[in-house]
Amino acid sequence: MTGSVALSVDAVSHGYRGLRVLDTVSLEIPAGEVSVLVGPSGCGKSTLLGILGGLIAPDAGSVRQSGLLPRDCLNPLTYVFQDFALIPWRSVAGNVSLVLEDTALSRAERSDRIAEVLDLTGLSEFAGAWPRQLSGGMRQRVGIARALAVRPAVLLMDEPLSALDAQTRELLLDEFAEMIGRTGATTIYVTHNLAEATRLGQQILVMGRRPGRIRETIRIDRPLASRTRDDADLKKIEHRLWNLLRDDAAAAGQELSHG
Amino acid sequence: MAEQISLQGRVPYRAGGFEPRRIPAAAAGTLLGLLAIWQACASLGWLSTDFASSPVLIVHALLALIRSGELWSHLAASLRRLAIGWTVGTLMGLLVGIAAGLFTLFRSPATAVVSALFPIPKIALVPLFIIWFGIGEGSKLVTLAFGVFFPTVINTMAGVDGVPRNLIRMAQSFGVPTRSIITKIILPGAMPAILSGFRITTSTAIILLVAAEMIGADKGIGAFVLQAGNLYDTDNLLAGIVVLSVIGLVVSWVLGWVERTLLGWR
Repeated sequence: MTGSVALSVDAVSHGYRGLRVLDTVSLEIPAGEVSVLVGPSGCGKSTLLGILGGLIAPDAGSVRQSGLLPRDCLNPLTYVFQDFALIPWRSVAGNVSLVLEDTALSRAERSDRIAEVLDLTGLSEFAGAWPRQLSGGMRQRVGIARALAVRPAVLLMDEPLSALDAQTRELLLDEFAEMIGRTGATTIYVTHNLAEATRLGQQILVMGRRPGRIRETIRIDRPLASRTRDDADLKKIEHRLWNLLRDDAAAAGQELSHG
Repeated sequence: MAEQISLQGRVPYRAGGFEPRRIPAAAAGTLLGLLAIWQACASLGWLSTDFASSPVLIVHALLALIRSGELWSHLAASLRRLAIGWTVGTLMGLLVGIAAGLFTLFRSPATAVVSALFPIPKIALVPLFIIWFGIGEGSKLVTLAFGVFFPTVINTMAGVDGVPRNLIRMAQSFGVPTRSIITKIILPGAMPAILSGFRITTSTAIILLVAAEMIGADKGIGAFVLQAGNLYDTDNLLAGIVVLSVIGLVVSWVLGWVERTLLGWR
């Protein structure tokens, strides 16, 4: 699997019921890189991700995709959801199977792919389990397995760790870094956690408070595999990000608390 | 600070109760106890058996009905009506409920019609259905189907509405075709509400069956109960009611089994 699809966002604006959430956002998502979107609550990160993946139609502007798809790609732009979005009446294998069932894959090919991605995500033993029987971390692994099964060119991850406890988050973060490095898929990762942003991001797009715009783009060229939790350089970038976001985050908190 | 009070000793447990449990022995014991009291009152002459019969006399009446074959002819007529009326009403209700749940254009007119007609007591419509469809089977089947139709529409629509939208968005994001989204996500997701609707519609169907059979039928448990009542034959009257109760219990058991089979994932 190789990621060679880039996305280009051109003057995208969007709002909900008269509330302007995104204001003429333009940005480039380079092929094969991890771009992280950070910003205060309500700045439009998830809306922008929805627009990037074609789940939200923008009020204005457009998103263009360009590049080559992996030969076995079944769904070029693939989401990993914050709430896992697992079908409760399907087993772990059934959830992965769902996204392969209406494709040209034969039954045997489908079984092979399911077995492969469950193995990759450490879920082989739980193929027959119901989602309700799994912990939050394992449910998100099913979400990852489902995403990998379609051989995506672009992975769109909407705060995939935010519903998990701190320890599980830390463990999964390492696994994400390893998985993203291995698949080479272009990845867009939305988070409000700055440690996640510096651990995974090769390009960090900092958004300002609503209506969201890109305030700054920070590049980190160090390979994902060589980044550690206690890396001093990453801590400095994290600190810089916090300085950029602190006022907006405080203002967003006031907005939310005042309803 | 106000005067302080000394607090010492073991912290008391305060979170007991409010945890309902099933006690099958208590349920069976209560039923058997009530039957025993009824029988005792009848045997001791405290209760007129002409007026209220007794469990033993009802059992005798039931056995006589079984031996004569009369029970089966009434039961077969009722079950046939119940099966046809409920199935037709349910299928139509499912169709309209799913369509109203899925298609915005269909939703508003369907909701308006259902809201207007649902509150009408269906028993009140039996004479009208007799005028329209005759005193024969047609009016009875229509009464049942009509009574089953509306709750089925409402429950199915609520079931479709209740399917988490994030699951539908997920499927769309993976390019799952609409037909598969309906069959693999929306219908299974609506199933708990649809099945709980079946519990309501089967009870409604039994009530309407008896009502329709009492108005114009020779055969059927409703007709049998009415005839027994006209003759002050409380043994047979209550035997007929026991049969209706058994039908309700069997239907409930079947639905429970279907729920356990289809909704095992819950």
